[in-house]
Amino acid sequence: MNALFAIARRDLAQTYSGSGWLLPLVFFLLVATLFPFAIGPDPAILGRVGGGALWTAALLAALLPIDRLIAPDRDAGVLDQYAVRGISEEVVAVAKISAHWVGFGPPLMIAALPASALLGMDADSLIRLEMGLALGSLGLAALAVTVAALVAGLPSGGALAGLLMLPLAVPILIFGAGALDELQRGAWFLLAASALLLLAVAPFATGAAIRIMRE
Amino acid sequence: MKACFGPDTTLPIRNMRRLMAAKLRLEKLGCIRGDRPLFSGLDLTLDSGGAALVTGPNGAGKTSLLRVIAGLLPAQSGTVETDGTLGFAGEQAALDRNRPLKSALLYWARLDGGEPAQVHAALETMALANIADVPVRMLSTGQAKRAALARVIASHADIWLLDEPGNGLDTDARARLEAAIANHRDAGGIVVAATHQPLAMPDAAEIPIGEAA
Repeated sequence: MNALFAIARRDLAQTYSGSGWLLPLVFFLLVATLFPFAIGPDPAILGRVGGGALWTAALLAALLPIDRLIAPDRDAGVLDQYAVRGISEEVVAVAKISAHWVGFGPPLMIAALPASALLGMDADSLIRLEMGLALGSLGLAALAVTVAALVAGLPSGGALAGLLMLPLAVPILIFGAGALDELQRGAWFLLAASALLLLAVAPFATGAAIRIMRE
Repeated sequence: MKACFGPDTTLPIRNMRRLMAAKLRLEKLGCIRGDRPLFSGLDLTLDSGGAALVTGPNGAGKTSLLRVIAGLLPAQSGTVETDGTLGFAGEQAALDRNRPLKSALLYWARLDGGEPAQVHAALETMALANIADVPVRMLSTGQAKRAALARVIASHADIWLLDEPGNGLDTDARARLEAAIANHRDAGGIVVAATHQPLAMPDAAEIPIGEAA
């Protein structure tokens, strides 16, 4: 447990000491500003598509940090050092997922506040968006770490990461955007279930990927 | 195919105990990388205070042998038994580039349950105390190598696995490394070093690799 906290604290310190946490956030806000330009300033239309647009932006923003989640630690021999100390790859994965979520989820939820204003969303939709992001970002963070472990060390890992991650994140997008509709109560459970599934599978998939890339 | 170390057996609390009771036993160890057999039927037993020098030309499998012992690569045949904690200095220093050297070393020392005093002592041992506050990315090749060795020294691990520890070291640093190795062995530790350069380790068992091939 000590190792888990130590690794998570180090990863989090690295995220916040560099500009790692800022990049997805700025990207998310940029996409939110682009939508009114593309669709036009009609508040009725923007309010209607705004939530879905922000969910898509969140999904794309989740792709950005992938190249700094696993590959640098692999190249620097840090993952080997964990293994030599008998820290299991799954524990490393759980630590990395926790640290990544703390550096990704809450900043995204804060960025959603100005973004929703830009798209003229009403207060009810904003609350549903924030709650949805709180759940969905858990799944997205878990998925990002898994994909990062799968593509670490591959020549064009960055491009491959998008192709791997986006299809797997589709359930989060569908149920997250679905939960914006007040009539679709079931979407909440399905969103939570998708996030939970990703969260449950990710440590084992990530651990296996880290072990395989040592060969 | 079986390796006798579980991931769980190597994480006891490492405290400041002196006189370690370490043991390393390789039995009929073999390793294949790709299609190429690197070594096979390797036997070695080291008790407290023992040392082994792995020698051989480039690409012979010195690094692979150390990685098999460290549990980072599966053994193709034979077994590795380790009794004691492992300290591994590989090709990469495994130190965070943006942190000051002292704080980067302290991360690993803390993970090993160590104290800041151990890091200070290790920095002194490898003559790095004057650059303790310099970010790791500013270190030269030789300084980074010394830093990686300081990480192993500070870990108080029982069994040191050193991959080309003399690379990039100047005469003074090499003498300091040899002294640190002698100290570690006096305290009951084990050292396995892979090198193609001369490294003074009295009474070390020599393991030549790849010469028959």
